[in-house]
Amino acid sequence: MTNEAQSEKRLERLREEAWEKGVVAGRGVDVAGGPIPRKPGYYGQPVVKPPVWTWEVPLYFFFGGLAGMSAVIASAAVIFHHVDLARAAMWLAAIAGAVLSPVLLIMDLGRPRLFLNMLRVFKHRSAMSMGAWILTLFGACVVPGLIALELHAQQIFAGSLDQLLRFSAGIFIFGSAIFGTLLATYTGVLIGATAIPAWFLHRTLLPIHFGTAGLGSAAGLLELLGHRIAALNFLGYYAAGVESALLIWLSLDKQGAANRAIHEHGSGWLIRIGEVLNGPLAIVLRLFGLIPFAALSFLIGALVSRFGWIWVGKISGSDPEAVFASQH
Amino acid sequence: MIGEGIQSSNQRRHSFVKDHVKVGFFTDPSVCIGCKACEVACKEWNHVPDDGFNWSGNSYDNTGHLGASTWRHVMFLEQDRQKGNQIVGSHSLDDGDGGDPFRWVFLSDVCKHCEEAGCLEACPTGSIVRTEVGSVLVQNDVCNGCGYCVVSCPFGVIDRRPEPLPDAGGAFKCTFCYDRQKSGLVPACAKVCPTESIVFGRLDDLRARGTARVQQLQQSGYNDAQLYDPTETSVRGIHAFFLILGEPEAYGLPPKPQIPTIYLKSAWTSAFATAIASIIAALAAFAFFR
Repeated sequence: MTNEAQSEKRLERLREEAWEKGVVAGRGVDVAGGPIPRKPGYYGQPVVKPPVWTWEVPLYFFFGGLAGMSAVIASAAVIFHHVDLARAAMWLAAIAGAVLSPVLLIMDLGRPRLFLNMLRVFKHRSAMSMGAWILTLFGACVVPGLIALELHAQQIFAGSLDQLLRFSAGIFIFGSAIFGTLLATYTGVLIGATAIPAWFLHRTLLPIHFGTAGLGSAAGLLELLGHRIAALNFLGYYAAGVESALLIWLSLDKQGAANRAIHEHGSGWLIRIGEVLNGPLAIVLRLFGLIPFAALSFLIGALVSRFGWIWVGKISGSDPEAVFASQH
Repeated sequence: MIGEGIQSSNQRRHSFVKDHVKVGFFTDPSVCIGCKACEVACKEWNHVPDDGFNWSGNSYDNTGHLGASTWRHVMFLEQDRQKGNQIVGSHSLDDGDGGDPFRWVFLSDVCKHCEEAGCLEACPTGSIVRTEVGSVLVQNDVCNGCGYCVVSCPFGVIDRRPEPLPDAGGAFKCTFCYDRQKSGLVPACAKVCPTESIVFGRLDDLRARGTARVQQLQQSGYNDAQLYDPTETSVRGIHAFFLILGEPEAYGLPPKPQIPTIYLKSAWTSAFATAIASIIAALAAFAFFR
């Protein structure tokens, strides 16, 4: 007999007893799912607050990573005289990093009209503040860098003015690359340095994943745009290789209830699907010479896993046992 | 404390803000009667909007948890345990086998105003500040609702207020009635508490009183009474500390709360390593695979 059926029967007897004697002498029964909490925690209420972020933030992680690492590729392309590739990469960096990223970040704010308050202070101990400054400085480098590069490449001016353009394009593209690497990786610090167990337990992995996913996305998108050169193919292999290693790391790093949001639930599946797409599958497709498919697989994987990590934060932040387990 | 009447620090005017004295709340569930006057006083004084009247089924607690529109929250714990030298009366559910212990514990939860505050460190706008009395205050007119404080609070206190409530989009939490304190008044919840389960006063005084109260309770048979004031962790102590019966987990309090900034070093190291590796990979790609 199940517990509930027993309780029902006991209740029935108590009712009869009450009807006959007007008083019940014996012990009562626990209400099914009743008020005494059976699990650690307070009625299953979350101990920390899950993130309030919606779809804009994972999409920003994707475009920010793509933009930042595009600038790195542009910088390397300029050094090795691939001017057309550098122009395409700088266009990507500018569109994704100076247009889409700020728009997505502002849309995500609770009070978008106050977005400029982000630049009221500079706090090195807040990854969000650092990110706002990194994105601002990236935009301040990538836009003039792109303009100077285009003016120089199309030979609009001649003589010393063109030399000046060439020089400033170099400086700004180099600056974009420096802030770009930070733009692609700081997002891992942003969610890694929080009170959410599944995030802070993977604070070392997250910047590697976000940065490398950005690099692979940038290389992949440039390949899809027709720049099929060996250097980008190598970067595709590099990124997919690192992501494969991270997939193994993530699969082995099981810490029980503390990070179960990564190994159970739909959130865990989303992360793993993303990692398979931008790890092993991207490598295999590349080995078979299916470069556009490999690039596409990597891009989709990078996007999916960003959504997965935000979802993991929501699951893990709502799970009181994860917080307790991470502190024992 | 108990029995001090108008001499209690809950009822006296003070000049803590002017004198820059560190203040705190000491909340003692052993005298709380679960009246929720603190919740009501807080809502009324601070114009905190109602956020729904939902029936939870969890004892008499229909508030649920602290949040953007709940700055005081009375918890109702029903536990199958003995409360002190509890006498099992004739109306208990005892079936004669020697004991069916049951206790009902009430605890008024609030923002802890950490010594090292996760929300304050995380805030990118400088909206969250430390006041003269050591409390942590959100300046509503500066907050742009980025939501980073929400995931940075180790106690899950602060939250972003959703539409369609008034002032939606901003982050809110207990202000420690900073406006009242500036005028020499005691925070609304402490002022109204009928049993002085919530005591407001100088932090050092309260810590001494808390320790004394724990000893007193333990001598009276409340063997699992202890203070919840995590001074050993990176939070380095809280300005609103609690006496609890049993483990902190039962109250939804983290046993070892940590300020998330302690994770920054390893995360940034990883970020810089990734940044350098990516630059090297890009340069190597173009140098060796032309």
